Amino acid sequence: MKTHLLTIEDLTRDDALNILETAVELSRISDTPIKKLPTLRGRTVVNLFFEDSTRTRISFEAAAKRLSADVINFSAKGSSLSKGESLKDTAQTLQAMGADGVVIRHPASGAAKSLADGGWIKGSVINAGDGTHEHPTQALLDAFTIREKLLNGSGDLKGLEIAIVGDILHSRVARSNALLLQKLGASITLIAPPTLLPVEVAGWGVKSSYNFDEDLEKFDVVMMLRVQRERMSDSFFPSEREYSREYGLNAGRVSRLKKSALVMHPGPMNRGLEISADAADCAKAVIVDQVKNGVIVRMAVLYLLLGGIENVRK
Amino acid sequence: MPTVLSAPDLQRALKRIAHEILEKNRGSESIVLLGIPTRGATLSHRLAQVISSLENCSIDQGTLDITLYRDDLSRQAPRSLLPTVIPTSGIDGKNVILIDDVLFSGRTIRAALDALSEFGRPKSVQLAVLIDRGHRELPIRADYVGKNIPTSRNERVQVCLTEIDGIDEVRIEETL
Repeated sequence: MKTHLLTIEDLTRDDALNILETAVELSRISDTPIKKLPTLRGRTVVNLFFEDSTRTRISFEAAAKRLSADVINFSAKGSSLSKGESLKDTAQTLQAMGADGVVIRHPASGAAKSLADGGWIKGSVINAGDGTHEHPTQALLDAFTIREKLLNGSGDLKGLEIAIVGDILHSRVARSNALLLQKLGASITLIAPPTLLPVEVAGWGVKSSYNFDEDLEKFDVVMMLRVQRERMSDSFFPSEREYSREYGLNAGRVSRLKKSALVMHPGPMNRGLEISADAADCAKAVIVDQVKNGVIVRMAVLYLLLGGIENVRK
Repeated sequence: MPTVLSAPDLQRALKRIAHEILEKNRGSESIVLLGIPTRGATLSHRLAQVISSLENCSIDQGTLDITLYRDDLSRQAPRSLLPTVIPTSGIDGKNVILIDDVLFSGRTIRAALDALSEFGRPKSVQLAVLIDRGHRELPIRADYVGKNIPTSRNERVQVCLTEIDGIDEVRIEETL
């Protein structure tokens, strides 16, 4: 395992499987009355959030606390960041306070890498979403959920057909998932309107389509993405109704899916836009499981990055 | 590389430990065997087989991974986690017998006691080891010992079991 978790791109297949296996063992422990492990006692994890987030921040906080780490939450609002402090100065402050791990979410792509490469801090950096670039722990928890639900929690994802549908252009979740799930052997199809499908997907080695209704029956997993209105400065589709009709998951499309198929969504959902209420609440939906598994997968990541000795990691 | 226990020696030691466990606990009724992975888990499996063939009954058996409870975690690279399987009937009020291959500093057992207390309150906790090599750093001793082997600190005791290593034997190796 490397020192930091910045992107899925620089994670090997074995690293990814190691994280998933560790998570499996941790999930077994979570099923027992044990809620807290002494593993990271005395270590400090800082949640550095420059962008609004509920579930990712809470999930990291819960994961760190279950491993007995001390957690410091740091959000841009109401801190000296809103007074214009630079990332470097913030990082040096954190280093001075003795952070062993920094979980960072930032609106700029590459922020986590700058923090890791800057030499400002000694601890591990975990990317919790940087701009429209990557969100590696989300992809890992999605892979964990797919493995748990379809493959009895073991092996890779060979032979699975997975559709990632919606706002690919603005989605760090889509990129991380496409790279990871493919690394684990799954076959990926990206489905989006032409305006929301970036040109660079040609380099990801995945299939792409503009038509959601085509081959709907073949997919084992349908992963819906949130339409990220906050990142949209142009109009990418004529109207929400049209988007919803062409690319939204509704009861009609759910009924055409395989019996065993999974419906996933990284949250937060725009009910009625990319996913209808009855699709979000249907029996195939594993959206709540994704949240639950998020804590376990993040525990595994924290354990593997912070559990060892510092000079072995470096 | 002197061999200190051969395959038949190892079998005999396990059989004796099985008898001692039954004698001390007056039968197999309330005992739970918990092996510490990896080789302790294999030994626990074998002991359970020996005991159940002696008593004609089934034995509660499981594994207890202690990695997350180690006190030396921050001194070495992170280890991968191994399965923990606690029998469904639990350990409350039972006589739990921890099983490991080699007893050395005693730190593994300390961690195991910590881990165990998270799962319940056993009536008693006993310790069975195949090899006791001395050099204890904590006030811990084994209730059942396959063989006491005096060693120096720069020797390594290697327990090989057929299920994992393809052969049953215990060797002493010199480390540098």
